[in-house]
Amino acid sequence: MNRYPLWKNLLIGLILLWGVLYTLPNFYGEVPAVQVSSAKATLKVDPAALGGQVEEALRSAGIGHTGFFSDANSLRFRFAGTEDQIRARDVIENTLNPDPQNPSYIVALNLLSASPNWLTAIRALPMYLGLDLRGGVHFLLQVDMPGALTKRLDSTAGDLRTLMRDRSVRHAGITREGNTVVLRFRDAEQRETGRRAIQNTTADLQLTDRDDGADDLKLVATLTAQAQQTMRDFAIKQNITTLHNRINELGVAEPVIQQQGADRIVVQLPGVQDVAKAKDILGRTATLEVRMVDDTPGALEAALAGNVPFGTELYTERGGPPLLVKRQVVLTGDRLTDAQPGFDGQTNEPAVHLTLDAAGARIFRDVTRENVGKRMAILLIEKGKGEVVTAPVIRTEIGGGRVQISGRMTTTEANDVALLLRAGSLAAPMEIIEERTVGPSLGADNIAKGFHSTLWGFVAIAAFMCIYYALFGIVSSIALAANLLLLVGLLSLLQATLTLPGIAAMALTLGMAIDANVLINERIREELRNGASPQAAIAAGYERAWGTILDSNVTSLIAGIALLVFGSGPVRGFAVVHCLGILTSMFSAILVSRMLINFIYGRRRKIESVSIGQIWKPDNQ
Amino acid sequence: MEFFRIRKDIPFMRHAMVFNIISLATFILAVFFLATRGLHLSVEFTGGTLIEVSYSEPAELEPIRQALAADGYTDMLVQNFGSARDVLIRLPNRDNVDSKSIADNVVATLGRLGTSAPELRRVEFVGPQVGKELASDGAMALLLVIFGIVIYLALRFEWRLGVATIIANLHDVVIILGFFALFQWEFSLAVLAATLAVLGYSVNESVVVFDRVRETFRKKRGLSTLQVVDHAITSTISRTIITHGSTQMMVLSMLVFGGETLFYFALALTIGICFGIYSSVLVASPLAVWLGMSREQFVKPKKEKQEAVV
Repeated sequence: MNRYPLWKNLLIGLILLWGVLYTLPNFYGEVPAVQVSSAKATLKVDPAALGGQVEEALRSAGIGHTGFFSDANSLRFRFAGTEDQIRARDVIENTLNPDPQNPSYIVALNLLSASPNWLTAIRALPMYLGLDLRGGVHFLLQVDMPGALTKRLDSTAGDLRTLMRDRSVRHAGITREGNTVVLRFRDAEQRETGRRAIQNTTADLQLTDRDDGADDLKLVATLTAQAQQTMRDFAIKQNITTLHNRINELGVAEPVIQQQGADRIVVQLPGVQDVAKAKDILGRTATLEVRMVDDTPGALEAALAGNVPFGTELYTERGGPPLLVKRQVVLTGDRLTDAQPGFDGQTNEPAVHLTLDAAGARIFRDVTRENVGKRMAILLIEKGKGEVVTAPVIRTEIGGGRVQISGRMTTTEANDVALLLRAGSLAAPMEIIEERTVGPSLGADNIAKGFHSTLWGFVAIAAFMCIYYALFGIVSSIALAANLLLLVGLLSLLQATLTLPGIAAMALTLGMAIDANVLINERIREELRNGASPQAAIAAGYERAWGTILDSNVTSLIAGIALLVFGSGPVRGFAVVHCLGILTSMFSAILVSRMLINFIYGRRRKIESVSIGQIWKPDNQ
Repeated sequence: MEFFRIRKDIPFMRHAMVFNIISLATFILAVFFLATRGLHLSVEFTGGTLIEVSYSEPAELEPIRQALAADGYTDMLVQNFGSARDVLIRLPNRDNVDSKSIADNVVATLGRLGTSAPELRRVEFVGPQVGKELASDGAMALLLVIFGIVIYLALRFEWRLGVATIIANLHDVVIILGFFALFQWEFSLAVLAATLAVLGYSVNESVVVFDRVRETFRKKRGLSTLQVVDHAITSTISRTIITHGSTQMMVLSMLVFGGETLFYFALALTIGICFGIYSSVLVASPLAVWLGMSREQFVKPKKEKQEAVV
């Protein structure tokens, strides 16, 4: 009765073998590597061609690599030591980026698993370590959706002005008021014409009339719910793309950029040590705006006295005098296709060269033509605060969409501004609401602590089980080891992020998993005590304990799932391992241990005794 | 080896009242400490900035405090973390201060302070909006666990057992929180996770006992409900102690080797395990009896037929 059919033994064996296979990569450690990825959105990494080119360059430089991997976005080369790695980086950099000012590829140092290629080929990778174990930076960014809405409405107001002018509709002013755009008209007829014009061009606006007096007729435009939703989705997608571009410029090996909830973005940069730089690039949620300067005589003086004229805002030019800027936005960063640092052709000052798209170029040409002799301000908006980078006088009409910003910038500043603008502007401002930085030494410490906790706890439990339950204790300990093996294998396969709370969950799950074997062993002892034959006792022990084990694991699983659903950050890391551990423990504690017991006792028809420790029987029974 | 040599069923239920009064007293004490002292919540919940730095030699805390106070920081917490060389600085969120500059400023200040600049080990910044969500998410998780377990036990056993179990185990949760309030240990997300995990874990105890209760009701006739419960507890007591002992060995290993980060996590588990044994066995069972558990609820004619087939 204590025999498994062959297929069952084979299946358990296969699963264990699978566990060994996928656990293996974790033992190899990491080796230095160089990663090559594209620096430009338009340039795709072609593994065959690019890989060949790099290999050729490495061969001629006399550097041998120990492995070459590629995925959709990058190429990776492994090297025997850090010395080779650094040299290879320089060689690859020189080969792929002949012009350092305008790099086509990002060449970054990285660490890769040292596991053999055949393991990598079957997608057996080491566990994905969280930031608290490998060091790095984690940010949680909140996208400012009201800000995005305001920005959208500002540009809508501008569009409506153009529309009214094109259709020759006379109006008495178009302004944004809160979350609406208000169009003023002097008579109902013009309002009706205006309404029809708007309805013919866009379906995103909802229009209502509001009459505040006989000659003060208003048309109030609000964004429809659907348009707002589309705008939100777009804003978050645009921001994620922008972050990708910016982080690529940092050359981080395996960045994680994900949406979390409706309006949040998680950014994880493993191994990044220069936190200040990373935060600077990410945290600078700069958007570009071009507006006109209000040079009406007396207006600036009034504004400085605290009486800012309607429709304008007071700003200070970078390193220069204050100036009054109209609220109306001529152009936003959306119209920008490229930005490069460089120098002014005449003065040799550091400058940023901008390229606008067709629509932007047209707007820019119109505005410059109509405003020759006036000043225009280029603003960088960071976290709701604007700064006028420069406010040049328009000397002539500027066509062709090529614009240069210069004045009062250092070379570094020009580089930074260009980077920010080139990486694409953000659709909506963002704010860091959570930040976690872990130094590399702390990460290594955490791994050691987690590892030792699990190891010594395991040893203590195994020692006790072996002493108390004799042979059955040894089997239980082997089953517990199988549990650990499967859990690590599963985590490696799923590439779930392992954090310190995750290691704690692993330890705790092992401590709890032994419960199943204790239940079984106690049941078998009890059956023996009640006079059952050894074979019958083993069978009954496993069968009777099964229901209890199921119940107790399901209740544990309920708690685990609750943590998984509602937990975030460290709690989720704990919950994932906890839930997986409960599942693997059911398999190993029942099936693996039973298989072993069957091998030991199931072969013989009759056995004299079972090695499960001393069975004490009360005298009076 | 056999630790438990029990000749007769131990009359646990005779002392049920005593167990429950002890429980109630502990529970009230825990609530009292929670109400008067409150939990010492971690930065994750309150929002703020946490900076861990490591010096090459033991660090003096007082000069650090003074230097930070001179920089205009208030309500800060400066303490050793794990060893005398590691220092943990905790600063509350302030309006109109840019979060990203805080850590850099503090590190700069510390660098100017002593002979050697410290190594920055960890920075955690949590904005004010995150903390509130965590608290509500924690509450939702707790509710889900409670309802999930009650419904599962009601389906598998009987609603009385579900209710008795959850009351007994919730009282464990409150006691764990009470300990954290009394000693002002830091209550972090990890501790919250430990608390909920312990809730799921100690429910196991009640499940094991009630499983036995059901079996005994079906198998042995002529025993009163109280005798059945006594028999069930007595026959599972060795398993209870050994299982918890094993789990505790693992947790102890975390307490010893896990360092500061895992310490409070392991501590919450330890308290949970100790009180879990007691409450899930000695409190849940009497509660179920008082709620009116009886043989009829378990021995249904239909069920017996199924048993016979098996």
